[in-house]
Amino acid sequence: MSTVETAPLGRGTRPATDRIVNDFSIQVATVNGSGSQTANLVLLRALFQMGIPVSGKNLFPSNIAGLPTWYTIRTSKRGFIGRKKEIDFLVAMNPETAQEDVLDLPSGAAVVYDAPLNLQALRTDLHFYPVPFDELVTPVCPDAKLRRLVRNIIYDGVLAHLLGIELEEIRIALFKQFSAKPKAAELNWKAVEAGYEFAQREIEKQDPYGVERMNANGNKIIIEGNAAAALGAVFAGVTVVTWYPITPSSSLAETLADYAHRFRLDPETGKATYAIVQAEDELASIGMALGAGWAGARSMTTTAGPGVSLMSEFVGLGYFAEIPVVIFNVQRMGPSTGLPTRTSQGDLLTCATLSHGDTQHPLLIPCCPEECFSMAAQAFDLAEELQTPVFVMLDLDLGMNYWMANPFQYSNSPLKRGKVLSAEDLERAGEFARYKDVDGDGVGYRTLPGTMSYKAAYFTRGTGHNERAQYSEKPADWVRNMDRLTRKFETARGLMPAPVIDEEPGASIAFIACGTSENAVQESRDQLRNEHKLKVSYLRVLGFPFNDDMREFVRAHERVYVVDQNRDGQLHALVRQHMPDELVSRLRSIRYYGGLPIDARTITDDLVEQEEL
Amino acid sequence: MSTVAAPPPPKKLNRIGLEQTEYRGLKTTLCAGCGHNSISERIVECFFEMGVDPRRVIKLSGIGCSSKSPAYFLNLSHGFNAVHGRMPSVATGALLANHTLMALGVTGDGDTASIGVGQFVHLMRRNLPIMYIIEDNGCYGLTKGQFSATADLGSRLKSGIVNELPAIDTCALAIQLGATFVGRSFSGDKKQLQSMIKAAIAHDGTSMIDVISPCVTFNDHKGSTKSYAYVREHRNDLNTVDFVPFFQEIQIEEEFAPGSSREVKLHDGSTLMLTKLTEEYDPSSDIGAIRTLHEHASRGEVLTGVFYVNTEKKNFMELLNVVDEPLATLPDSRVRPPESALQEIMQELA
Repeated sequence: MSTVETAPLGRGTRPATDRIVNDFSIQVATVNGSGSQTANLVLLRALFQMGIPVSGKNLFPSNIAGLPTWYTIRTSKRGFIGRKKEIDFLVAMNPETAQEDVLDLPSGAAVVYDAPLNLQALRTDLHFYPVPFDELVTPVCPDAKLRRLVRNIIYDGVLAHLLGIELEEIRIALFKQFSAKPKAAELNWKAVEAGYEFAQREIEKQDPYGVERMNANGNKIIIEGNAAAALGAVFAGVTVVTWYPITPSSSLAETLADYAHRFRLDPETGKATYAIVQAEDELASIGMALGAGWAGARSMTTTAGPGVSLMSEFVGLGYFAEIPVVIFNVQRMGPSTGLPTRTSQGDLLTCATLSHGDTQHPLLIPCCPEECFSMAAQAFDLAEELQTPVFVMLDLDLGMNYWMANPFQYSNSPLKRGKVLSAEDLERAGEFARYKDVDGDGVGYRTLPGTMSYKAAYFTRGTGHNERAQYSEKPADWVRNMDRLTRKFETARGLMPAPVIDEEPGASIAFIACGTSENAVQESRDQLRNEHKLKVSYLRVLGFPFNDDMREFVRAHERVYVVDQNRDGQLHALVRQHMPDELVSRLRSIRYYGGLPIDARTITDDLVEQEEL
Repeated sequence: MSTVAAPPPPKKLNRIGLEQTEYRGLKTTLCAGCGHNSISERIVECFFEMGVDPRRVIKLSGIGCSSKSPAYFLNLSHGFNAVHGRMPSVATGALLANHTLMALGVTGDGDTASIGVGQFVHLMRRNLPIMYIIEDNGCYGLTKGQFSATADLGSRLKSGIVNELPAIDTCALAIQLGATFVGRSFSGDKKQLQSMIKAAIAHDGTSMIDVISPCVTFNDHKGSTKSYAYVREHRNDLNTVDFVPFFQEIQIEEEFAPGSSREVKLHDGSTLMLTKLTEEYDPSSDIGAIRTLHEHASRGEVLTGVFYVNTEKKNFMELLNVVDEPLATLPDSRVRPPESALQEIMQELA
């Protein structure tokens, strides 16, 4: 908490501005565990229901209750849903951070605040709206114990009036949020009305911000990336899920359990067509997932950086013994505990080569809920087709925040279960050699335990082995096996989703990015076009290993900026490795690693500086 | 010269028509005289005699001398040599995928009591349906003889280093954690070990068998409490163990005098006969079993026998309530919800 000694900054008077509609950001500063999440989600939903493109980001501490937390809602009529660096409208509920929050605002911003905090004394260039929350909540909520939880939703009512959010949409969103608790819904609704009536009665609107109904959201849904990935797994026929609780991935497994319980019970017997096990640690969760993959299940585990570190040895075994498994890594800041509730793309290099010795793993990198859903299914297909661990690389921003998304597409195409020999196949084939490259694609045929043929058995081991899965330390056997695994990775390259390329005719500059950098990069391109008349092409990576499209893309541009949400430029390093020598010098790097989702302005400023514009 | 070849002696076949040789593995690469080799032989005999279909068996291990041994038995079964101490998780996963498999886990004292003690603890706690054999020699053989956590207090390495830390009693631990069949035997006692392995085959739940298996290279010298000589001199049988498979007629009256034997019905209808030698002993009491183990250990005795049996407790796969068929091979239609389900969810999220 910063203390302010010289109160009014005297940055002049408030700038007079035209009305700004559907293009601003709101930041709500509250205390963790005070029920503010409900108030914020209701606000987000109400704006969404009004057809206005909107995004919400929860910037929360690693804490159950008591520490400061911020929620940022951005409306953007042009559909930019990345984080906006500047805050236009502050709701200051937390005495601990209120002063600092106010001092950080740009000139002209508006502040709704808890009246006793007396924030209007701090600056003269802002619009201040004091609200006596305690006075308003008392008549609405006679039960003193509940007041703390109801108090926050009053600001939804205040904002509804100040910004022109339709009260009916707030009501719909609120009752949806409390669909299982009608009493709580009624109580909260009264609080919203109290806030609205207070604002109507007592506040004179001075700031330029407001919303108006649009029709931009069509039939979109609102969902977190983790929930989307969980649904993807449920609809991709996952049968074994093992996990260990860790932020920010826990909700993936928990949501999966909920949906599986609803939609994956056998209609005849009521028994489960899946098994979910919370393991004792990540050493065990990956071991179980691998054991299940070995025995033929569509198996997965879900984790974050520290868990990935613990899984390292087993993932190497999975690569070398050639066992399908899908690992969802919801990335956060590391090393060690790092910032467990802050986002990052810090595990790209680690996961691409996780474990000791020569290891390489396919990565799928979704940027939005739709891709979380579709890539979950792709990951299971790839893992079983390639008989190897496959990572799906979400991050905290994608996994734990609510996003607008198009409804997910149902797939009817058969699940790709890979090369598995049945007892009948074995009788026909005459010979079975587990690691023989029969088809020239580096992928051998496998049998599952329990196959009722005396030819089915083989020994799975991490030690050196020949084509017949027999122990071998012969250099020639080792080299042949490792070369086949290289061939298999080339096969993987051909199966990975192609990058999304948006090439600007005549552009000499380009971006390469992946995952959630998408939103900030798209907006940065818009900024560069408007502010610097600069057209910038863009290639978004969807998976690793990369294919030849990326080389051609780099060849077509003079300078290519690789955008990373990590300190060391990990995507940049992977791209560099993929480039022929003559193209390496074209690569440049833009890195953000503050722990918040990357924003467009940061990218634009960095590029402008490097280009000396 | 014409000779009439004598007809070959009829091959002995088991219930499912296999010969004992078909239960064998590769030639062992462990040291001559290693107790682990005897255990491999017992496994071959027992799985043959019980008529277990090797195609339905998975044999799994961690890392170490013990963990090499699955290559030396059951060539017709799928094998998995996992990473050090983490066979339990792989076995758990394999059974999640296909709970109709019969799992045999072979591990060592380093694998189980040190690096893998966490996974050991949770496997026992889950009562996973698996036979879990510890080939226990009190030392690390593959890395040349360092102490393990089951090395007895006061035992001495060839280099003269004395173990000053108390041993972990894997049997007491297993009982406390929830394993439902717990015994200890000695690799040199063919009859007892056979009975125990056969009973474990019939048991449905975690059967944990700690087999004292002297390391002839690093830990069979004077002063080692896991040497052949020490075990033979200090061995104390809690009970004699006999086992009658469900497919054999039970004739117990002559062999087991009433009052001194206890009969335990196992899940497949087999019968485990425990004949008490020294005292009234109740194998259904976990507390009694742990007390007995501690009392004998404090006297420097190696207590063998079946210490604890519980045939009531549900195993882990039963608790998960999965469909009867293996999850691994369910058809697409049973693991992919219909399109209407996705539409329902999309409407909720709109």
